[in-house]
Amino acid sequence: MGQETFVVAYDDDTNDTAVLDCAIARASKAGAKLVIIHVLEWSQYSFLSNEELAERHKRRTEELSRAESHVITPALERAKAAGVEATGIVKHGSVADLVVKAAATEKAEFIFVGRSGSGEARARIFGSVPLAIAQIATVPTVIVP
Amino acid sequence: MRLLLTLFLLALAHPAAAQGIDETINNIFADYTGWYVGLIFANLPGTNFSWIALWLVVGAVVFTVYFGAIQFSGFMHSIRLVKGDYSDPDDAGEVSHFQALATALSGTVGLGNIAGVAVAVGIGGPGATFWMIVAGLFGMATKFTECSLGVKYRNEYPDGSVSGGPMYYMTKGFQERGLPGGKVFAVVFSVFTILGALGGGNMFQANQAHAQLSGVLGGYPGWITGVIMAGVVFIVIVGGIKSIARVTEKVVPFMGIFYVLVSLAILFKNYDDIFWAFGQIFEGAFTGLGVAGGFTGALIQGFRRAAFSNEAGVGSAAIAHSAVRTNEPVTEGYVALLEPFIDTVVICTMTALVIVITGVLNQDPETGLYIWNAEAGRIATDAGVQGVELTSAAYAASFSWFPPLLAISVVLFAFSTMLSWSY
Repeated sequence: MGQETFVVAYDDDTNDTAVLDCAIARASKAGAKLVIIHVLEWSQYSFLSNEELAERHKRRTEELSRAESHVITPALERAKAAGVEATGIVKHGSVADLVVKAAATEKAEFIFVGRSGSGEARARIFGSVPLAIAQIATVPTVIVP
Repeated sequence: MRLLLTLFLLALAHPAAAQGIDETINNIFADYTGWYVGLIFANLPGTNFSWIALWLVVGAVVFTVYFGAIQFSGFMHSIRLVKGDYSDPDDAGEVSHFQALATALSGTVGLGNIAGVAVAVGIGGPGATFWMIVAGLFGMATKFTECSLGVKYRNEYPDGSVSGGPMYYMTKGFQERGLPGGKVFAVVFSVFTILGALGGGNMFQANQAHAQLSGVLGGYPGWITGVIMAGVVFIVIVGGIKSIARVTEKVVPFMGIFYVLVSLAILFKNYDDIFWAFGQIFEGAFTGLGVAGGFTGALIQGFRRAAFSNEAGVGSAAIAHSAVRTNEPVTEGYVALLEPFIDTVVICTMTALVIVITGVLNQDPETGLYIWNAEAGRIATDAGVQGVELTSAAYAASFSWFPPLLAISVVLFAFSTMLSWSY
């Protein structure tokens, strides 16, 4: 059996390193590698004004580079410090869909996702990201409190 | 602000004087712009069909033939593009086809659909609707052409922002083919667009907003609406207070959806009259059903209003569609061809059906012909209303709460159109 892969759904919430720490600890024990994915919530059906349309490409580039430098790079450094091999992905779209899709493409054994992330009121109305992932995931999913 | 208030109070105190101000302003504009309006909307010799409407129709027919009726053969492909079936997942976060279409639509759906249709049906009778639909269908090919060109020849700047439109594609396209005059056409287009923005983009909008407001609030002098709207537009464009614009831009699409839903509700309520109304539309298209000018009267009004509403061939839409991120300019053309369909074939037809069904146009019960008010040059209506007030009266016949909401929508539509012309 080759090296295992764990996908980590990682938010840019700086207080929420629990999921990352948990995944790193598990990966370290199992000798697995991590794929850390950060999703910028985006719908192709949202409404944009003329000005926003014209600036969209620029904004997207800025969003991607910010996510890379503020979210993914620190996370990768954390993994590296613990001696765990890790790669990062930044994507636009629906969080749950993209995390589950990434798990499939990476042939991951587990998905790690933090329980926090969206506010309680929001979660009650729209359902929370971890619940959505748990429902559509095709591999075992660890929800980290 | 205080000055505005003083003027407002003065006007209330002296309605006659205020009426005088309105007339003076009207006269000044008629004196200065009369020749220009006369030139643009000049009729072909011996007819009452303007050359500009004919030009747009001829263009639309040529594009339709040249591209093999792309508006029909490519229709399903357009829908699939908008749904995102062909979008590259790695491009997520860029402007999608759906977003470009939604933004362009929110620019075109507005007073043209509400007031313009009422003008067409009021003068040309229900038959004008048929010709409006025909013009809308042909206009789809025009939109396809201009938006494909808009994307193909747009300018991309180092910071990633883009701008496009007829001024760019005429300059570059002519150059590419080694033809002279591209730059000249581009300048001419720009000058006419500025003049058009002033007339259709601003004056017509403020005028109709006032018509609906004074219909709901009771008559008051028109210059007050004019000054207030100009003031707010000034604050946003020159003063840079973008928050007002942002709120308007986000609210307007919902106003459009709301208008469509109310229209559907009225049609649903009167579903047994829909076939009759379509009958009137078809019959009127070829006989006029009593309107002056008969068949041609209906045809001219229909073609004119369709062009005004969906802006096919005017070039303004190409500017908005140019922002989409695609390596295949033609895909945006496919998406853009849905615009005249939604705007004219669907929404304008809904307004026309409501006006016809609710019976606000006076009809002779014996002959079935519409009663012509020769003095006003249009079909006689209850209380003699026209334009946006006619639409309002038709909708009020089913839902009495509608006029105040329509007034709010009309003001917002007018306002957002004025702002979008500043873009």
